[in-house]
Amino acid sequence: MTAMLSIEGLKVIYHGFSALKGVSFDVEPGESFGLVGESGSGKTTILRAIAGLAPIASGTIAVNGKRLGARRDKAFYRRVQMVFQDPYGSLHPRQTVDRLLQEPLAIHGLGQGEQRIQQALDEVGLGSGFRFRYSHQLSGGQRQRVAIARALILEPTILLLDEPTSALDASVQAEVLNLLEEIRGRRKLTYLMVSHDLAIITHMCERLMVMQSGEAVENLDVSQLAAHQVTRSYTRNLLKASAGFDRRTRLRP
Amino acid sequence: MSELGQTRRDWLLSERPASRTQARLGRVYVAWRRFTANRLAFLGLLIIIALLVVAALAPMLAPFSPVVGDLKTSRLLPPGAEHWLGTDDLGRDILSRLIYGSRWTLYVVVLVAIIAAPIGLLVGTVAGYAGGWTDAVLMRLTDIFLAFPKLILALAFVAALGPGIENAVLAIAITSWPPYARIARAETLTIRNSDYIKAVQLMGASPIRIVLRHIMQLCISSLIIRVTLDMAGIILTAAGLGFLGLGAQPPLPEWGAMIASGRRFILDQWWVAGAPGGAILIVSLGFNLLGDGLRDALDPRSGEK
Repeated sequence: MTAMLSIEGLKVIYHGFSALKGVSFDVEPGESFGLVGESGSGKTTILRAIAGLAPIASGTIAVNGKRLGARRDKAFYRRVQMVFQDPYGSLHPRQTVDRLLQEPLAIHGLGQGEQRIQQALDEVGLGSGFRFRYSHQLSGGQRQRVAIARALILEPTILLLDEPTSALDASVQAEVLNLLEEIRGRRKLTYLMVSHDLAIITHMCERLMVMQSGEAVENLDVSQLAAHQVTRSYTRNLLKASAGFDRRTRLRP
Repeated sequence: MSELGQTRRDWLLSERPASRTQARLGRVYVAWRRFTANRLAFLGLLIIIALLVVAALAPMLAPFSPVVGDLKTSRLLPPGAEHWLGTDDLGRDILSRLIYGSRWTLYVVVLVAIIAAPIGLLVGTVAGYAGGWTDAVLMRLTDIFLAFPKLILALAFVAALGPGIENAVLAIAITSWPPYARIARAETLTIRNSDYIKAVQLMGASPIRIVLRHIMQLCISSLIIRVTLDMAGIILTAAGLGFLGLGAQPPLPEWGAMIASGRRFILDQWWVAGAPGGAILIVSLGFNLLGDGLRDALDPRSGEK
């Protein structure tokens, strides 16, 4: 079986700073793969490189066995879509939800716009009441739902999720994560999800890769992570950090 | 009737518009209400509407001919019962000339705005979005136009094209786009790396589509303000060209040219230059107030503050 997404020795250099130093991994069809690591470890850079937003110095990216060239074509964007981290920044401030959802359809010349927009809004749990609103008239969670609807309206097979819930508060986070889970089940999507929150990754993904300063530290199954069967000290520290702030150790003299 | 008005308002302000048209009409209605709530902006609109009406009905409103005067009896008369704003050095009624002149003022201002603003917008957004060589070439070109004194450059154009108000308009338009390009570029630079532009790129949109449909939309409101603020300057530049004999040709009653010819008597017969000056002041003020109100009304975010 060919991997849905295959990355080989990917290097990204921004103005002399190497943000990714040769990373490789495969994501199977229908799988949800997590990328974990501290800020600046290069997780988001991987997503941006796949999407064509980061300067790739070397390495290859293949989608469904087909190697991507230097430029992404329209067909690629029907396959792969991305949900950004900050729902406050990823929606155009002067466009209504309707217009935002219409745009991808217009770019790709897809028909039945009315029906598709309605369906996309229903799928993310936003009724028709939200259709003609501007993004500033929506809450953070609603905005992220619109962003998800926009990504889904092109019917992609791979969804790149860049910390889709880190800008939302806890209760809304759970709602959006459940929505993403549900959609993946229904549409048989492949997810590549970035997060610094191990709890979210454990909840959402089957496998994950731990990253530190542009390099892969280790590859794990979620079951291994849950059982704390990790081999590298960096991962162990990450696990300890995610267990939370321990008051007793702090108070001890 | 009031009940009908009520249901119509409900339909327009509906939380869940059933169609795109209803949503659009609702937005226009909200923008209109916001605009009329701003008294000063509404005053600006009234001034501009008055200007339009005066220009349209000039032959009916003007008491005398704007070009024929009585040199024997009515030279440089002060404002009075017969000539409300007095007469000029050729015995022509100033009020009539002002009324006919409103046509030329509108003509100049509107033509310059619809030529210069789109050029500036296009050059600025393309330069800002494309970056690199395109940016360098377009911006150096803009710098060259900015570095020349505006009137001198306009003079050169008029000298090449020949005198007349059409060529004056063209010359002013050619010299007034660079500031718009600068503004549009500055705005574009702040927008181009935002996530919502990235998101559109990720849908496979072409650069042309992104500039035309996503970036320009955000640049237009600040451009509208700038253009309305420049209206007074445009009228005066047209006047300056007229004064040098390269703009409106006599006996055309263009306001700027009227000030230029009234300059000679400004100490003793102040009304000759004062009346068109006042007219320019009122119209510029009208445009400024209108522009300010339009910005508030056009921005969907300002409503909830």
